[in-house]
Amino acid sequence: MKSLILTLTAVAIVAGSASAGDVTGKITLKGTPAPEKEIPVDPTCGKLQAGKKVMTRFYVSDATGGLADCVVYLEGAKGGAASDKAVVIDQKGCEYLPYINSAQTGQPIRVLNSDPLMHNVHPTPAVDGNKEDNKAQMAGGKPLDFAFTKAEKFLRFKCDVHPWMFAYVSVFDHGFHAVTGKDGSFKITGVPDGKYKLVVEHRKGGKVEKEIEVKGSAKADFTIEAK
Amino acid sequence: MPQTAEHLWLHRFAVLTALATLLLIGIGGLVTSHGAGMAVPDWPNSYGYNMFTFPVSMWVGGILYEHSHRLAGSVVGFMTLVLALWMNGRPAAKWLRWGSVVVLALGLVASTSAKVKLDNVLFLVGTGVAGFGISFVWPRHEAVSPRLARFGLLALVLVIVQGVLGGLRVTALADWLGIFHGTLAQCFLVLMCAIALVTSDWWARLKAESPPVAVPAKVRRFLLITTLLILGQLALGASMRHQHAGLAVPDFPLAHGKVWPATDTISLETYNRSRNDHREFKPITARQIHLHMAHRIGALVVFGHVLGCLLKLRRTMGAAHPVAKAAGVWFGLICVQFGLGIWTVLSNKAADIATLHVLVGAASLVTGALLTLLTAAWSGHSCPLPACGQERPPHAPGAGL
Ligand SMILES: [Cu+2]
Repeated sequence: MKSLILTLTAVAIVAGSASAGDVTGKITLKGTPAPEKEIPVDPTCGKLQAGKKVMTRFYVSDATGGLADCVVYLEGAKGGAASDKAVVIDQKGCEYLPYINSAQTGQPIRVLNSDPLMHNVHPTPAVDGNKEDNKAQMAGGKPLDFAFTKAEKFLRFKCDVHPWMFAYVSVFDHGFHAVTGKDGSFKITGVPDGKYKLVVEHRKGGKVEKEIEVKGSAKADFTIEAK
Repeated sequence: MPQTAEHLWLHRFAVLTALATLLLIGIGGLVTSHGAGMAVPDWPNSYGYNMFTFPVSMWVGGILYEHSHRLAGSVVGFMTLVLALWMNGRPAAKWLRWGSVVVLALGLVASTSAKVKLDNVLFLVGTGVAGFGISFVWPRHEAVSPRLARFGLLALVLVIVQGVLGGLRVTALADWLGIFHGTLAQCFLVLMCAIALVTSDWWARLKAESPPVAVPAKVRRFLLITTLLILGQLALGASMRHQHAGLAVPDFPLAHGKVWPATDTISLETYNRSRNDHREFKPITARQIHLHMAHRIGALVVFGHVLGCLLKLRRTMGAAHPVAKAAGVWFGLICVQFGLGIWTVLSNKAADIATLHVLVGAASLVTGALLTLLTAAWSGHSCPLPACGQERPPHAPGAGL
């Protein structure tokens, strides 16, 4: 009996992995965006940066042109692993890290404070049904959890104590989304076989999309033009 | 009105309260210009502290503006309370006494709750006891005038409403309440300045001597309309500021490169993507662009009307008449305000310029309102609206605001 269950479980796992794979690819930046601007941070926050200039993060790309901070998703997809693991955003040197994030509806978005000073964490959603909130977070304060019930692209988090601190979370009603890393690459995992519309959205560079077919896995590269 | 030394001090105190109100509007303007309205998430507490015991070391960044605004608001609130009691005289001692009993009771109730911090309890109890005690010695004098006394009461009610509006704007996360908070502030300032004006000796002398020529009713009505237009323009401005979307139209004299800006979806997307500002405002919408354009048109309308007031007063009263001279100052203010509006756009909404634009707007409204009040009084008529009835002879009962 025990071995039968083990066998069935093994079959189920194999069957499951056979019909779901990864969608991967890389986003490359084309053209030269306007130069980033230096943010006039206050002296207290400046000290935390140890002399490093704080710059805007509108276009972040590496030497090969890989464009970070693109939100990649399967438009109109359903399901995907419901994630109860929190999306973590840290506040460090009076900056939100990471700047761009993605999450699923209901998934906890946990904001930490690694700074020796206080912030207020103020999400400002624009979609009806997503609640605005504003919470104080003292130095060494407990992490704050937020969650949103409706899908919303680039939902803004801000700190009003430091009026240059922003982070964005794109909230999806499915689990098939990712944010490109420093090299512009992305990976959406556990995608069942089928045809999808793969969309890439950059907050400043705009949106590009492609029809893809997932058979075990799929790969798609994009370029985004600087505007 | 008896011109006693006490009356002189009442007038001085009213002027001081009006000045404090102007300063308060300036700090409030800085709060919104710096986008710091939510820098202190709680109210009436500040980061859990009683606002008067909130450590100075924590007054940093956006908190500095927001907290200063709250403290300045408390000062103006307190001054308004004193002014209202002063204007109402002996009968008001009763309110002070019972109001203090309520505050004291609140403090005692709060002391039984573990949620309320000790400094809040002490503050409520202390204020209650102090007010209760003071009510037995002050105010003991007669009310300055029954009508004026009512305006003192109105000021007190307005300042309380204004404080609560400001608090709700924070705790209810309601940006739109800021529009009413900003506009009511302007109306409150007008009331304070009017009180300061009518408690002055100068006003009393003016009421005693009737001028050789009264300002024609038509001109007075035009003054009132112009003043109301300015109030409307300030409300539009407050609506723009409390969208927290930065400049909906970033260029001048054109608007997004056109005489009338495009507001279709694609254009909006382009505007928002091309914004390169570390303040990362909310995305602009078509409505905000229309609001912005309405404010620009409003500026032209106000400019034309104030110029009209100046010309009409000069024609009917003569260029040397004090009222015509005051209208000249008013027109000057509008010109400065016009320039500041343009500068606000060209400076990409620099916080200090935008705040100065709010302050000169307030000064323009006050000048218009006081001029309207003055010409009405001069004509022996306390209300320039036709609905107020027929012209009353000077010094008629009821004309003596
Ligand atoms: Cu902060």
